[in-house]
Amino acid sequence: MTSVTRSGSVQGAGGGVLSPARLGQLLRRPEAGSLLGLLAVFVFFVVAAGQIFVSPAGFASWLNVAAEIGIVALPVGLLMIAGELDLSIGSVIPASSLTVAIISGHYGLPEALGIAAALTVGLAVGFVNGFIVNRSGVPSLIVTIGTMFAVMGLTLGLSVLLTGSTSTSVVPAPFYKAILGQFVGGMFQITIVWWAGFILVAGYLLHVSPVGNWIYALGGDRKSARNAGIPTDRLTIGLFMLSGLAAAFVGVGQAMVYQSAQVAGGQSFIFNSIMCVVIGGVLLTGGFGSVPGIVLGTITFAMVNQGIYFTGFDPNLGSVIIGALLLLAVLMNDTFRAMALSYATRKTPGGPKP
Amino acid sequence: MTHPVLELRNVSKSFGPIDVLHDISLKVNAGEVLCLLGDNGAGKSTLIMTLAGVHKPTTGEIFMDGEGIRFDRPKDAADRGIATVHQFGGTFPLMSIGRSFFVGVEPVRKFGPLRIFDRKTANQTAVKAVQEFGITRIDDGDRLIGGLSGGERQALAIARAVHFGARVLILDEPTAALGVKQASHVLRIVLEAKKRGIAVIFITHQVTHAMAVGDHFAVLIRGALAANFMRGEKSREEITDLMAGGEALADLGAEIESRMGPHDGPPPQPAA
Ligand SMILES: Nc1ncnc2c1ncn2[C@@H]1O[C@H](COP(=O)(O)OP(=O)(O)O)[C@@H](O)[C@H]1O
Ligand SMILES: [Mg+2]
Repeated sequence: MTSVTRSGSVQGAGGGVLSPARLGQLLRRPEAGSLLGLLAVFVFFVVAAGQIFVSPAGFASWLNVAAEIGIVALPVGLLMIAGELDLSIGSVIPASSLTVAIISGHYGLPEALGIAAALTVGLAVGFVNGFIVNRSGVPSLIVTIGTMFAVMGLTLGLSVLLTGSTSTSVVPAPFYKAILGQFVGGMFQITIVWWAGFILVAGYLLHVSPVGNWIYALGGDRKSARNAGIPTDRLTIGLFMLSGLAAAFVGVGQAMVYQSAQVAGGQSFIFNSIMCVVIGGVLLTGGFGSVPGIVLGTITFAMVNQGIYFTGFDPNLGSVIIGALLLLAVLMNDTFRAMALSYATRKTPGGPKP
Repeated sequence: MTHPVLELRNVSKSFGPIDVLHDISLKVNAGEVLCLLGDNGAGKSTLIMTLAGVHKPTTGEIFMDGEGIRFDRPKDAADRGIATVHQFGGTFPLMSIGRSFFVGVEPVRKFGPLRIFDRKTANQTAVKAVQEFGITRIDDGDRLIGGLSGGERQALAIARAVHFGARVLILDEPTAALGVKQASHVLRIVLEAKKRGIAVIFITHQVTHAMAVGDHFAVLIRGALAANFMRGEKSREEITDLMAGGEALADLGAEIESRMGPHDGPPPQPAA
């Protein structure tokens, strides 16, 4: 026993899975709280819902929901770490959905054209958001509420003008249906694979590339970041364009899955994506957070959202749980952030002292 | 003859109708600590913000190595090697030591087409830089800035400025919020920076701290240079009185005394 602990302490941080050094490192990460939250929620539903929750159908139900929200939550989370919010995603999703449906469905033009146009709509809205935020200095909460209403109005107006209706159907060619709207094994949406791709891109941006350092600095203090030579304006525009692109991608995916698009819909993504991000340990005021945290927060949200249907409880209870979870997550994340701030490497007793 | 690293000639600064600095002329040489003393509102922060490119002088000129210069943005001053460390040291409390040390100048490795932030190099360099200033307690580059003590944060910010080749180091009240022990750490770091040939402008209203490190002292009163003298030319009491506006402190003593009401014995003599 003694020899085991001794060898563990000599290795220090690289010690056993649950050596104190490892545990300390884990607990000071931004996703520490959300990992515990996810485990608690998972155990709760396994107990409350039983076997069905861990069956493939159970997994598919929350994975499908997580993938759709997750694709939007990732760039929304990066924006939040950079100190900004994006509410316009709520109308970019139906706008892009309708764009592809009108171009490829109503007019029967090639899907590639419809999809490219839809993604361009997202990028353009993102560019406008970033541009206005940079130029006006108005908080992005207000700016993106403005663009959300503007895009909603334009979508409705143009849709009625072009098609005479607020909804349009589209029957995608098998190739596009397969890569964007397929159900693998009859239940797993192909979106899950795309979500994995978005996770890799966001993870690379924030945690591997030097741009991640810029994002943290931008959210920490914009003025100091600019004085340090970071191209803050370009970075802000780029991040808003990323969230516009992701929202448009989700919109295109919805058109392919449901083979139709409506003017309404998408609004639920606004609060849901923010909740996923905050449950995932991102600080609402910026400067702190992680991609693994955002992913864990998204899964937690989706599990509660769907898991409730596998239990005998009133489905409305799901909303109550999500509300409580959000509050709990923020409180818990505050605690873990305080721990991270006070954390100092403990010298292993008897180990070499510098 | 070598030029001073930084020189102000007849610099005045007004914000609209408000004159904040009047006709300031000052020099600071390499390896010298210039202490800028003055009461609250005297214009110390305005003066250093002018040096750091935040404000432009209304009239007057700034010279660096004898060459007239103009800063349009703070970055221009930073590029010239003028580094300002603010009262609380780093501005990114939730970033790690290694990450904040390299904000904007991240060390990068290549992996195929991907650019990778070299966290290991960043952490090692940052820790080494601050340890060279005698702060050996900082040994983990992953720790968050917000978890450091005030003195450690100042030390890190100074080490960072020196690492990136600062020639003029401006410290705005670095010891104001610190306890005695932490303040003495920071003062030792100021001396270390001076030893490396850096011109230090040290702003404070604590005369003891100024006298511990200063080679050259300038006292600002209501935006004007009230005194400009070298180490050893004035006593602590003289400096304190100067900062308070001439005889003010001695007068204050007499005033307090007279308000104490009827009183036996002669009133104390005001100090000369
Ligand atoms: N941007 C500004 N506009 C108008 N007045 C200013 C501005 N900045 C500073 N002042 C005035 O200049 C004076 C000196 O301020 P400051 O340089 O901050 O003094 P110190 O740092 O010595 O306490 C103060 O009376 C302050 O109100
Ligand atoms: Mg000041």
